[in-house]
Amino acid sequence: MYKVVRKEKLGEVVTLLELEAPAIAAKARAGQFVMVHKDEIAERIPLTLSDWDVEAGTITIIFQHVGRSTYDLATLEVGDSIRDLVGPLGKATEIENFGTVVCIGGGIGVAELRPIARAMKEGGNTVISIIGARDRSLLILEDEMAEASDELYITTDNGSWGRKGFVSNVLADLVTEGRKIDAVYAIGPVPMMRVIADQTKPLGLKTMVSLDAIMIDGTGMCGACRVTVGGKTRFTCVDGPDFDAHQVDWAELVARKKTYIPQEKESLEKFHEGCSGGCRK
Amino acid sequence: MSKQIAAREPMPQQDPNIRNKNFDEVALGYTSDQAIREAQRCLQCKKMPCMAGCPVEVKIPDFIKLVADGKFDEAVAKIKETNSLPAICGRVCPQEEQCEQTCVLSKREQPIAIGRLERFVADWEAANLLVNGKCDVSNARPPLDKIAKVAIVGAGPAGLTAAGELACMGYDVTIFEALHEPGGVLAYGIPPFRLPRTILSREVEYVKSLGVKIEYNAIVGKLHTLGELLNDGYSAVFIGTGAGLPQFMNIPGENLNGVYSANEYLTRINLMKAFKFPDYPTPVRVGKKVAVIGAGNVAMDGARCSLRMGAEEVAIVYRRSRTEMPARAEEIENAEAEGVEFYLLTAPIRFIGDEDGNVKAMECIRMELGEPDASGRRRPVPVEGSEFTMEVDTVVIAIGQSPNPVVRQSEPDLQTTKWGGIVTDEETGATSIPGIYAGGDAVTGAATVITAMGAGKKAARAMDKYIREQQSEK
Repeated sequence: MYKVVRKEKLGEVVTLLELEAPAIAAKARAGQFVMVHKDEIAERIPLTLSDWDVEAGTITIIFQHVGRSTYDLATLEVGDSIRDLVGPLGKATEIENFGTVVCIGGGIGVAELRPIARAMKEGGNTVISIIGARDRSLLILEDEMAEASDELYITTDNGSWGRKGFVSNVLADLVTEGRKIDAVYAIGPVPMMRVIADQTKPLGLKTMVSLDAIMIDGTGMCGACRVTVGGKTRFTCVDGPDFDAHQVDWAELVARKKTYIPQEKESLEKFHEGCSGGCRK
Repeated sequence: MSKQIAAREPMPQQDPNIRNKNFDEVALGYTSDQAIREAQRCLQCKKMPCMAGCPVEVKIPDFIKLVADGKFDEAVAKIKETNSLPAICGRVCPQEEQCEQTCVLSKREQPIAIGRLERFVADWEAANLLVNGKCDVSNARPPLDKIAKVAIVGAGPAGLTAAGELACMGYDVTIFEALHEPGGVLAYGIPPFRLPRTILSREVEYVKSLGVKIEYNAIVGKLHTLGELLNDGYSAVFIGTGAGLPQFMNIPGENLNGVYSANEYLTRINLMKAFKFPDYPTPVRVGKKVAVIGAGNVAMDGARCSLRMGAEEVAIVYRRSRTEMPARAEEIENAEAEGVEFYLLTAPIRFIGDEDGNVKAMECIRMELGEPDASGRRRPVPVEGSEFTMEVDTVVIAIGQSPNPVVRQSEPDLQTTKWGGIVTDEETGATSIPGIYAGGDAVTGAATVITAMGAGKKAARAMDKYIREQQSEK
């Protein structure tokens, strides 16, 4: 069992959980994820590590409430426990001294971007970060990202905070200004990562993305998380989650992520029906 | 010798048209009377050819004699001297290729139903709430200088067997399991109608009763490396990580929605209990028309699960003919009785999707058999111009798996073959790293439960020998 030691609501539908998991904390590296299995009946879902503390023996996950599993996770309070937590999984992000790296995070992706920006900076890079969300209420970790970056740009789709527009607008400006950029790392919703990939491809700019395919075991057994990269089938859990953005078959990824939409809807409705008492059993 | 041998006792089963709608066990097991009658057919041959066919060396004629005499408690103890998982072996071993194939009776008529008797004995023990007998380390072993710790990676058939053996020898055994439940393929792959989960739990409890500890969510290669285990006081490590990555055919449309690997399909249904959706929230999409590609036991499991999940038409699509189908004859018969159709000498060449990326059809080509290939089976050759299209909304690809990559990715010194299998000494399971042993599907690629168990047993002996040598050198 993995105990919740801290819980914070970062927004209306965004929750942070810090969990007791000393062995995972000791091994965690930027870009890796854990499989979370809340209780005996729950789904196993992948969540990227947002932070970890080796001394305290804890890891931090941040998630948006989207479907049944994330709403269910958000019902946990300090002192409650998660039944199963497996990790750290996936290959760590390739960190080297590229020069100047632009780290781009959209929505909940910012949670996952933080350790990567930090590791890039520790790796000797100048880190320019661009973070964005639909609305200010969905924007997370602004202070933490400022600390992890040399420069930080903020966008919201509706202009409620930072610059009105998309993260890609800022990247376009940096390019137009002639800023020297050696690599780009992007994590966020698929449409955002796809736009960034399309933007940097003609520039020949090395771009990495972190893909969140559907997974079950997360350990290289089931094959649910397959994606096509460079024309070849790859498994996100053991070959990724980071891939070369210019090689990803985005259309296929978009379609595959929609596989269970009707079931997800049914499952969430059932969960909410059983939750009239406030979701606390 | 013209002694009249009675006919083999048939196995009572659930009716095919009822069982194809539930996940309860298909085979119901012998009654005591049936077991005794079947056991009395045994000729008690002095040469015991059946034993030569058993990878875990069960003392077959001895236990069968005890069953014939109605001494079921002693029969249990006899089996457990060498096999810690009899209720599983009695259900899922391909006895017709092993002990029963070498049974003297099989020359003239049907061999002794050794597997069914093994199952009967194990179930009798459970029904009578007994724990009889224990693995036997009868080869008069001197005690170890000091208790040694051993680590087992993976709680599947190979790992559980190696763990049980080593615990019996007096070792302090810990299994590191990546999933949240024990059993490996016995939990995520083999459906409950072939191996009820209560049986699996009971066998795992037995292994734990021997002193074996199991750590779940412990993925070796990520959370711990092999080197760390050795440095952490484990004298030897056994890798039984099983078959991992599913193989695909590399044909167009394979990543369409509704096209599953058998591993994913079965894991969703069996491990995550998608058959109880939405009470269990893990979903699976089982359409009206399901095609399962391949004809091994895993393919039969996929097809039979599909029927139980409510599919209207389920087809096995296989590029060779019936004689080459790798599944057990019993599983093929069961699938057929339940209503699975067989498209033999047929191979898919592409999957066709709708505008949302869901599979809606599969283009196939007819095959004919040519010259034998490396496997000794006749090679299927496409018949030009024979293409046709099958309407399908779910496809399950069951053409095999490659060994799990996680451990080898973390250990560059661990020698592997070009397809990812761990290279071992066949007799001992020793790998290229001293103190590290391996067996089961991680070495062979997808094979059977009993082969994995045999490998676990052999490796346990070699690990014991290795640890003793290390201790005497110090």
